Amino acid sequence: MKKSIFLYSLVLILISGAVVASNYGDDVYDSNLIAPIKKSKKDPHENYNKMMDVIMSPRCINCHPNDHVPKQADDGHPHYFGIARGENNHGFQAINCATCHQNTNNDYSGVPGAPEWSLAPAEMFWEGLSRKEIAESMMDPVRNGGRTAEETMHHLTEHELVLWAWQPGIKADGTPREIPPVPLDEYKKAVKAWIANGAVIPEN
Amino acid sequence: MKIEFTINGVLQSVEIEDSNTPLLWVVRDVLNLKGTKFGCGKAACGACTLHVDDEAVRSCSYAVKFAEGKQITTIEGLGSPQDPHPVQQAWIEEVVPQCGYCQPGFMMATAALLNKKPNPSDEDIDNNIVNVCRCATYYRMRKAIHRAAELTQETNLKTQENV
Repeated sequence: MKKSIFLYSLVLILISGAVVASNYGDDVYDSNLIAPIKKSKKDPHENYNKMMDVIMSPRCINCHPNDHVPKQADDGHPHYFGIARGENNHGFQAINCATCHQNTNNDYSGVPGAPEWSLAPAEMFWEGLSRKEIAESMMDPVRNGGRTAEETMHHLTEHELVLWAWQPGIKADGTPREIPPVPLDEYKKAVKAWIANGAVIPEN
Repeated sequence: MKIEFTINGVLQSVEIEDSNTPLLWVVRDVLNLKGTKFGCGKAACGACTLHVDDEAVRSCSYAVKFAEGKQITTIEGLGSPQDPHPVQQAWIEEVVPQCGYCQPGFMMATAALLNKKPNPSDEDIDNNIVNVCRCATYYRMRKAIHRAAELTQETNLKTQENV
């Protein structure tokens, strides 16, 4: 009798162990918690994803429109007053970017500003594209202004107008503008590492 | 800090504590030129439009530090009652203003447009003159802008004949 109870218990323990192992895989189970803690798995496209999280933010997309109309704010509404690209990406003859936007943010009016305030050229439109499509466009010399990978990296990490995204100033109501979801230092490292590792664009 | 610029042909030096102070405030409250108006304060309505180096600028959103060494023109310097600018003359002929508050900004924007486009089409006017008039004098303004273009051409022809 004792022998059969021992064998029965042994089988039960083995089966339980197998079930637990199959359900939780690499997860760590903390006995003090009900839910398991997910062990972080290394994202093979971590640098790409960090970079694209930034590029998909309104601070970047708003100046890469698909309809020649700059966008504004976090909802990406068309620029007020019918402002459009014009002949040189700076608006129309007598009302252009510099009519309202200077080299620095203006905390009195809430009007943002940075050196070279301008729309991206028409062929560099990003609005409406997927992450993958934007990344492909960024690395395509036909659509990125003839930039090499090195030059693209420089634009993405050094251009003052791009870096403005992390210091976008305050809105007319005095509240701060949203900044991109990745800290600037982390973003720069991610872009440089992504390009150094061959600028691989994942399918999804 | 001290900032120097030329305004309506006169060299001015102003002492400003905060160099980010809007040029509009300096023009109105320090230099006492009240023709340029405060409207929205966020570069939207255009009532504060003046010229910096002949370019139209929304002065409520233009830090005075950027004016250093520049040539500024306000509505007071565009013309005079005795010798009005073609835009001012056209505004008088077409009896454009109603309440009048926004009109200096419109006239400065129009003068800047005529510098770039001496004979603007309706589309040019729609694109470039985007100020706001709550009296909705837009129809008369459009006529005045076309009239100002004619007057400018007549003035230029006379100037050429006299040369």
